[in-house]
Amino acid sequence: MAHRRRSVRALAVLAVIALVMTACGEDDTGGGGGSDEGPSVPLEDQTLTISNWDAYTPEGLIESFEEETGVDVTLTLHTTNEDIVGKIQAAGGGGFDLVFVSGNYLQTLVDQGWAAEIDHDQIPNLANLYPEANELGYDPGNTHSVPYTWGTTGLCYRTDLVETSPTSWTVFHDPPTDLAGTMTMLGTNPWLLEPALLSLGYSMNTTDAAEIEAATQWTIEAKANLKAFDDTTFYSELAAGNTSLAQAWDGWCNYGIAENPDIEFVVPDEGSDLWTDTMVILESSENKEAAHAFIDYVLRPENGVAVAELVYYKVPNEPAMEQLDPALIEQFPNLGMSPSELLTYESLQDPGEAITLWTDAAAQIKAS
Amino acid sequence: MTGTTRGRRRTRGAADPGGRWLPRLLFLGPGVAWWVLLFAIPVALILLYSLFTRGPFGGVEYRFTLRNFERALDPLFVRVLWGSLQTAFIATAAALLIGYPAAYFIATRPARWRLPLLVLIILPFWTNLLIRTYAWIVLLNREGLVNRTLTGVGLIDEPLTLLNTRLAIVIGLLYLYLPLMVLPLFAAIERLGRSPREAAEDLGAGPVRSFVRVTFPLTLPGVMAGCIFVFVPSLGNFIVPDLLGGGKAIMVGNLIQAQFFQARDWPFGAALSISVLAVTMVLLLVQARVLTRERRLAARG
Repeated sequence: MAHRRRSVRALAVLAVIALVMTACGEDDTGGGGGSDEGPSVPLEDQTLTISNWDAYTPEGLIESFEEETGVDVTLTLHTTNEDIVGKIQAAGGGGFDLVFVSGNYLQTLVDQGWAAEIDHDQIPNLANLYPEANELGYDPGNTHSVPYTWGTTGLCYRTDLVETSPTSWTVFHDPPTDLAGTMTMLGTNPWLLEPALLSLGYSMNTTDAAEIEAATQWTIEAKANLKAFDDTTFYSELAAGNTSLAQAWDGWCNYGIAENPDIEFVVPDEGSDLWTDTMVILESSENKEAAHAFIDYVLRPENGVAVAELVYYKVPNEPAMEQLDPALIEQFPNLGMSPSELLTYESLQDPGEAITLWTDAAAQIKAS
Repeated sequence: MTGTTRGRRRTRGAADPGGRWLPRLLFLGPGVAWWVLLFAIPVALILLYSLFTRGPFGGVEYRFTLRNFERALDPLFVRVLWGSLQTAFIATAAALLIGYPAAYFIATRPARWRLPLLVLIILPFWTNLLIRTYAWIVLLNREGLVNRTLTGVGLIDEPLTLLNTRLAIVIGLLYLYLPLMVLPLFAAIERLGRSPREAAEDLGAGPVRSFVRVTFPLTLPGVMAGCIFVFVPSLGNFIVPDLLGGGKAIMVGNLIQAQFFQARDWPFGAALSISVLAVTMVLLLVQARVLTRERRLAARG
């Protein structure tokens, strides 16, 4: 997923403090552009407060939207999904008009009643989405969200440092001798348990205590073969040759490929997950018309192209993907993955109450 | 300031009870406000949260429970806390071993040299903590400077695994907090001056004996302060273990951070924080005890 993990961990400290401070019931001030305007206000008088991950908005996109519509946009940044959900929660479900958040976290916002329903009539460019992008497990029919980028997770490896090309998640558990100690896995949920769950034939969205326990043991055994758990530097470590093989998000593997063409990406035979980053309008927003207009603007083919070119992620926007420079797809083959192929993977969902099982598993693995 | 001046002030204040509340408020106010807003209230909140039930999506539900503390006693967490105490202790001991001679050296230089030398100690603080920690990744890597130097000199054949180990965490913590050890030690050693040592030597003590029996005991408050300044933040640090431990070695700070940011379990995270706080408090009390006893012994001797 996006640049959230490249994010600076120190911000987390500040965020904890901010959470604690705002949680004591103060009113949040960032909300709704700070105006009393009702929904009947003309578009050019509306304002938008948007939160997105850093380096996840194409340059100039906001400015050209402002110019065209007259809407005054404030863009704030969040570092992680947890960060933005925490901010919204601290503000009692408000604070922003529109946020970018991953599909499995959108479910939290919907369950809390904080996500507004999307009025499809206000977004004609929804027609640009692949049909498959309307049937994602976390929000079928896109009733509360519109997908922004999507992709999967797989093995990112150096063809010149790996004797036989890996085809299975079991590589972490039973590696060929040349790979032991030179591999990294993602260290955060749900990806931490992904190689184990998929190797053992379980669901990526399991909430079953016994399955999670088995996956935990599998991962603890695999840990001995790893160089590290690495969510932030694996692609540069691959490019530098310090890592031979890494569990990686497709787009991040592309960052490595950009630095070193000997790097390749493969989805293991057992399959993978399908993650989606979405745009969500908050129920508390008083500028929903402008928010819908913004989503419509992002879904224009040329803006979809700009997103894909910025982050090397697939966008679920059919004309945008068709307009993408073929040279880019040649350089980063996983950009060419078809939606039907993506949809064979399991769409990530919120584990609900079982989240504590997942976190305890992570603690157990890291502390073993 | 002499005792008499202080005594006179106190008398004047007593003669004018309550009459000086405005200046008092003015001078004390900011400090007290700072303490209340940024220390007392947050700690009280953490304590409060730790006694309630977790909200389904983070936050708390105000239903009283002791379950969070029960969970904090889980062997897994106790083990991580114990490991963190060890790591913080090793980092502190190493900081003392390196920091004391450094502080001693600086404190015994001519006065005009002391400030520039101290500035050199503090200088790393001016660089961003993350950048400094990332630099250690580069240094400790298999292909890093340390390994290349060691193989180059012929000390080792195969590069050592330095990164993503507890050793790497200790090095990172030590590097990060060493200035906090040197500064109080410097203050203590400089304040002591040369005369006690000279007196000891005049009375026939050799350099080792005069250090062990005179200089070191008299600078013990500085030693204790330095140790606390290094130990306490080391114990709670989660950035260094995150970056240099590679998730293969973690500390209690990582567990707490994960409760807030991944598990959305604020009450349990709060309970873990309170547990760390309690352990720290016990250690501080022990330290205070030791210090008072030393002082009493010194006074008697």
